[in-house]
This record gives sequence, structure tokens and C-alpha cells, in this order.
Amino acid sequence: MRFKSLSVVTVIFTVLLACHGTVIAAERITLSSKCPPSFEKLENGLCELRSLYEFYNSPAGFGGLKTPLPEHQGGYSAEQIDLGRYLFFDPLLSGDKTKACSSCHQPGKGFSDGLARSVGIDNEVLERSAPSLWNVGFLKSLFWDGRAKSLQEQAKGPLFEKKEMNNTIENLEFSLNKNKTYRALFNIAYPESRTISVNEVSHALAAFQSSLVSLNSRYDRYAHGDQEALTEQERIGHTVFRSFAARCSQCHTPPLFTNQQLAVTAAPEPEGKEFDVGAEKISGQASLRGAFKVPTLRNITLSAPFMHSGALADLESVISFYNNERGHAVADQELQLHWHLVNPRLNEDDEFALLAFLKTLEDETTLPRVPEVLPSGLLLKEAPMYTAQSIP
Amino acid sequence: MNTTKSVIYSFMLFNILNICSINAAEILVNDGELIQDAIRKAGKGDTIKVMPGTYKETLYIDKENVTLSGVIIKGRRPLLDGENTRNDGILASGHGVVIENFQIQHYKANGIMTQGANNFIIRNNIVIGTSVYGIFPQFGKNGLVSHNIVSKVEDAAIYVGMCDNVDIVYNETYNSVMGIETENSHDVLVEGNFMHDNAVGFVASLVPGLPIKTAKNTIVRNNFIVNNNIDNFAPPGAIAAGLPSGVGAFIFAADEARFEGNIITNNVSAGIVFADHASLGASAPPDPAMDPRPDKAQVLKNVFVNNGLGPKDDIAALLEAAGIKKGPDVLSTGKGRKNCIQERSTITEAGTERWSECDADVTTVNVRSYRLEKPIESKALTLEQKGRITYLSVCTGCHTYATTIIGPPIAAVQATYKGKPEELVKYIKKPVKKWPGYPEMPPQDYLPDDVLLETAKYILELKP
Repeated sequence: MRFKSLSVVTVIFTVLLACHGTVIAAERITLSSKCPPSFEKLENGLCELRSLYEFYNSPAGFGGLKTPLPEHQGGYSAEQIDLGRYLFFDPLLSGDKTKACSSCHQPGKGFSDGLARSVGIDNEVLERSAPSLWNVGFLKSLFWDGRAKSLQEQAKGPLFEKKEMNNTIENLEFSLNKNKTYRALFNIAYPESRTISVNEVSHALAAFQSSLVSLNSRYDRYAHGDQEALTEQERIGHTVFRSFAARCSQCHTPPLFTNQQLAVTAAPEPEGKEFDVGAEKISGQASLRGAFKVPTLRNITLSAPFMHSGALADLESVISFYNNERGHAVADQELQLHWHLVNPRLNEDDEFALLAFLKTLEDETTLPRVPEVLPSGLLLKEAPMYTAQSIP
Repeated sequence: MNTTKSVIYSFMLFNILNICSINAAEILVNDGELIQDAIRKAGKGDTIKVMPGTYKETLYIDKENVTLSGVIIKGRRPLLDGENTRNDGILASGHGVVIENFQIQHYKANGIMTQGANNFIIRNNIVIGTSVYGIFPQFGKNGLVSHNIVSKVEDAAIYVGMCDNVDIVYNETYNSVMGIETENSHDVLVEGNFMHDNAVGFVASLVPGLPIKTAKNTIVRNNFIVNNNIDNFAPPGAIAAGLPSGVGAFIFAADEARFEGNIITNNVSAGIVFADHASLGASAPPDPAMDPRPDKAQVLKNVFVNNGLGPKDDIAALLEAAGIKKGPDVLSTGKGRKNCIQERSTITEAGTERWSECDADVTTVNVRSYRLEKPIESKALTLEQKGRITYLSVCTGCHTYATTIIGPPIAAVQATYKGKPEELVKYIKKPVKKWPGYPEMPPQDYLPDDVLLETAKYILELKP
């Protein structure tokens, strides 16, 4: 009885503190030893993704309905994945403790942020939009221009980028090592490491992000054989999607709905923003001027606005952008446009059907839970939106 | 003992007969009906027979082992008409699809396209005037494209893309930008085809920017590659638009192209052209993950007559710069390694200084086909594995053992269905709202019964 009232007081106290934006206690946080949904815990203790696409046996793993997925980058323990979840939402990772990974990759917004271009640490508008993280564990290159080759490499980008989270390796390691809760949690997830280094941080962040898997949409049910999973309009849309008039599926190849290649589509920039040369800057190749990585379309309905700098407000605009003359939106640049860009001259019914089909790629059943309390005791400035599934 | 055995045997026999009768359904489509309705009704292994008539549809086949077969009566075959407004004629993604005996014309994109389908057969179709490709299997292993007649196509009449183990045999292609093209494919046999009056007769290419990064081993044998001299009418922007006209065969960075026994005549630019990504036709940006050179080509014994009599397009410019007037039988424009020609003294060449003479005994005749002896089966997983994978990949999104995330905990399911996996399967296939406070579960009846039964058993035996 006594205990109960005490804890009520603590809760009220915590809530009050929380309202003032100060630090709150973070005791009793522990790491889950269970693998996330869709993952199997192997005998070696590591979590491995399971999907119905394992039933299929095709070459190379590209295209068509019943084809296997590309290899998933797994090999993480349940504890590492769960530690990554806390780190992902914790503003302690930024230089001034105001930005977390989740500030720009919000679970309630398709792991993007609803903005055309993301906003960095001093409220500065960045160059590009925040890509969705769904199924990011399958990708062989990351960032819009594909410059990182692993999730671990990627994580170190925004952490130490001045305009984004503006941290330093020394400060990151210092603030984590100073934190008693994090020391305990890292000790569970990485028992062999004596102190916390940036490598464990990026490893855990990669572990968590690799668990963001969306493979149980209505489209998937159709692919596995349920012909009633899609409505007639959606089935027509699917056929438009893979038709060689529209050619969407040539780059947004199922089952991931991306072929992971760079493509020059000549998407427009938002008004007033200068042309983004994309992968040309990384590769030095003129042919990649304006090239960006083909994004996945899974959960695409959740992450408007669209394209690398968010110039297109909704999917209707994206469809009309592609249902137009190639290169029409960027007239003043010499670009080697992708050869699949042709004006498909889709009629209005086809456009609506295509839009309906894109909605069938929604699936958030494995949406992770947002931590109620963070090990740092900090609060998120942009409170991540809770969805029905993540309410405790 | 004996009686038991014979009972078992007769039971097995009965089952085999039963399976055969279940699997051999035939669905008839008459003129005026929709073919797609029949495809919708069809099950695995069914044959759809389509009577002569005109069908104005885009068809899609997403089921396995469906045969779509036109019925030809006194020369009349079913016509699929795109009227230049529909996108594609037939799209098929089901493994083991057979498409035969149709006439397909005037579609905005492709006539017949397979996507990710293995074990496909496309034969005896007439395809006319489709804007992109006539017949285009893409992402598939183990296929046959035979006895088709394809014409008036603005890109390749027959195009095999990112496929392995395909035979393209006994087809006629004409009045198209390319007669037959293989792209980023492996182990392809192109034999006995008549490729005439195209801009280019045959093309084997390694196209940059695609997820498959190599193109290897194409046998081009006993074909007639004749009079491929029409102007290139590919739309601007297409890679095909960069191809020079008047070429019998064009090898674009693909490795191990082997020519034997072909009749290659009256192609005004050149007989066979080998080019790398940096030279002719490179209208796509180079791909750093690819080897841009055509290597290990073999031009064995072929009949070359009257090629190169009036070079056109880029070939004309190239030859002029080198001071050569007549186009050669074999022209190499880029760097390639380990390429050779048999009986070199019989043909004309240009740019092949680094090529060698092939050994006299090299031949492809021992390869009769690149198709596989048996169709590719689905992955050999045990039922136990399939049940476990199904639970982990589908069910755990909503269910955990002890707690509630979306659906009820497995512990509660076990309490209700203990010892009754069949009952649980019934529920999984057709759920009714049963547990107050939980959303209704979507039906999972698209998986086979044996897999669902194993899934149910797995669920009932699951430990905390």
C-alpha cells in the first residue's frame, strides 16, 4: 500500500519535471531478450529475419511476385536491437542534446518527418529530405546519393555532421560513459567491451534499424496467393505499375520495391533551391549528375512530401511528374536521364488505379514501441507520435 | 500383411488419380467473354483455351503453372488488340506459365512480358506493332521462346532480359529496331531464327545501371541474319536509339558470345560488331560495377556474304575515320580480351588486331539446349520449416506468447485450441470476431492447408 502511493508520487513528480523539460529519472530500464516481431532467435542468441519470401527459389532475387528477398543484414542480438531503440530516440546523441535520430525519422511519419527538407540542430533547413527507414536493413547503400555502404557507416554521418546532430566522437563517448544507465545497458548488449565507443553506438543503431521490417502488406498477401487481397482497382493499378508503359517496377522492383540503383529522374527542386547534383559529387562522374538512389515504395503513403528534397507534396504529384515528358521539370541542366523515363501517357483511370495500388504497400504491424523513459532522462523535443499499436 | 500393403497401394493409386483429375481442369473462353475472368477462376495447373475472336484486354497471370492457349481454327486464332491505348498485352509473373497460339497487336508497351517467372514457355504467337518489346521475358530462369513471328516493334522484337537458361529458337523477327536481343542474361541459346529487315538483327548486351551486373555465354547458331538495313526508328531516349543500322549482330559489352553456323548476309554496315560501353551505342551512363568490355567472344564457322556494302550511321563515321570504305564481316570498336575467330582468312575484319585465331576444334554443337532438365521447384523446405517461418513472419506482427500487442496472446489461443490444430486452421483461414477488445484478424487462407496445419501445430506447442 505504502509503496503504491509512493510510486504515484514519483510519477506525479516525474510528470511535473517532464513539463519543465528537465531531466527525469531513468532507473529500471532494461533490455529485452526477445527478438522483435518477424525475427527468430537462433541458438547462438542472434535474431534472424523470417519472411514468407523464403519459400521461393528464383535467381538473383529481383522482380516478380514469388521471388526471394535480397539478403537481410542481420546478426544482432535482441539486447543490441533494444539498446539501439533507446539510442535512436535519445537526444543525448546530439551535440546540444536537442536532436535524436527520431527527430527526423519519426515512427508516426513513416520514419520520415513530414517535411520537404529536414531541419538540423540550429533549426537550419538541410539539403535533402529524411529517407524512410522501413526495410533499410536490406539496403546495400545508404543516403540519397548512396555514399554509405553499411548502416553502421551511415549512422556516423548525421551524428557528427555540423548541421545535423553536431556531435563529436569524444563528446558522444564521454556523455554515454558518464551515464550510469547506459553503462549498464551497454554492458548487457556488449559484455566484452569495457567502455562505450562510437563503434558500439553505431552497431546498436544499425541493429535497431535492421529490425524495421515491413513485409506483410495487402500487396504481400496478394503476392503469396490471396487474389482477393486487392480490390479490382488495386489489381488494375498493380498492372499499370508493372506495365512497360509506366515501368515503375523496373526500378521499384518487388519485393523490396527498389532495385537499389542510382537513377537520374530530373525531379524538381523546391522553389528557390538550387539544383542538387546528387551522386555526381560523390563519384565524380558526370553521368551521375542529378542521380539519386531509388527509394523503396513500401509505406510510401506515410512519408510525404516526396523526392530527394520534397518538392512534390503528394503521390498524385509524383504520378503526374512521371506521367509527363522526360526531363520536363529540370530544363537548365545537362543530364543523362534514365532510359526508363518515357512519357507513359497514362489515362486518368490508370493514374487513380496506380495511386490505389501504392496504398496497398502499407504495413506497420511491426512498428517498434517508443521508449516512455530514456536512459539519459532527457525528453524528446519533437515528441514522436504514438500510433494505435505503440500505445502500451 | 499383404492385404495391408495392397490397401495402401490402392489408396496411393487412388490419390494419384485424384491429383491428376484435380489438376487438369480446362476452362474455355469464347469470343465476347473476358479472358481475365477465366484466369481469375483458374487454379494451379489449369489450361485456359481461348477460341478465335477479338479480345480487348490487358491480361495478367499471377498464378503458377497456368497455360493460356489460343485455339486455332482454320488459320483463325484469338486476337488480343491493344488498339494503341492499352499498355501491355499479357503480363505474367506465375512460374511455369505457357502462352501460345495468340495474335497480339497494337499495345502501347509490350506484347507478352513475364516478370520473375521461371519455367516459362512462349511459343507460336504472332506479335505485331507493339511500341516497346514484342516478347519480353524478364527476371526468369529456364525458359523457351520458340516459333513466334514478331514484327513492327520500336525496340527489340524478342527481348530476353536478366534471364538465365533460355532457348530462343525458330522465331521470325522483322521490321523492328532489333530482331532479337539478350540483355544481362546468362546461358542463352539463340538458334534457327530468321532475323531480317530490322535495323539490327541480333544484339547481346550488358546494359549499365541494372541490378544484374554481367552478361555471359550466348550461343548464336544456325540463324539467318539477313538484310538488317532499315532505319533505326526507336524513340529518342531509348538505349536502342543509339544503335547503328545495317548491322547483322551487335555485341554490346556482353561476354562469351559464340557465333557458329549462321548465314549473315546483306547487312550494309557490318556483319558482327563488338563494342564496349565507351564506344558505339553507349547512350546509358557507364556502371562502375560492370566490366565494360566484350570478352571471350568466339566467331566460329559462319557464312558471311555481302556485308558492309554501304555503311550507315556511326559505323560509317567510324570506318571513314579509319580510312576504310567497305564494312567488314567482323568489326571490333572497343577493347576486349581473349576474343577469337575461326578460319580468319575467309572473312574481312577491322579493329580486331588483338584477336586470335580460335582453335580449329572449338565448337558449340555439344550444347543442345540451355534449358534445365527439370523445372525449378520451389525451395525444398520441410513442412515443419514452413510452419515455423509462417508463424514468425506473419503471426508475430500481432501476437506474442504472453502479452497483447494487437491480437490476443498465444497463451490464450493455446488454452482455447489445445489438441485441436485443425480447428485452429479453420479459424486462421476464416477468422470471425471472437475476442472482445481485439480487432478482427485478416483471413490467411492464401497458404496451402498443410502449411497452415503445421503453423497451427507450431502455435499450439509454442513455449513462453
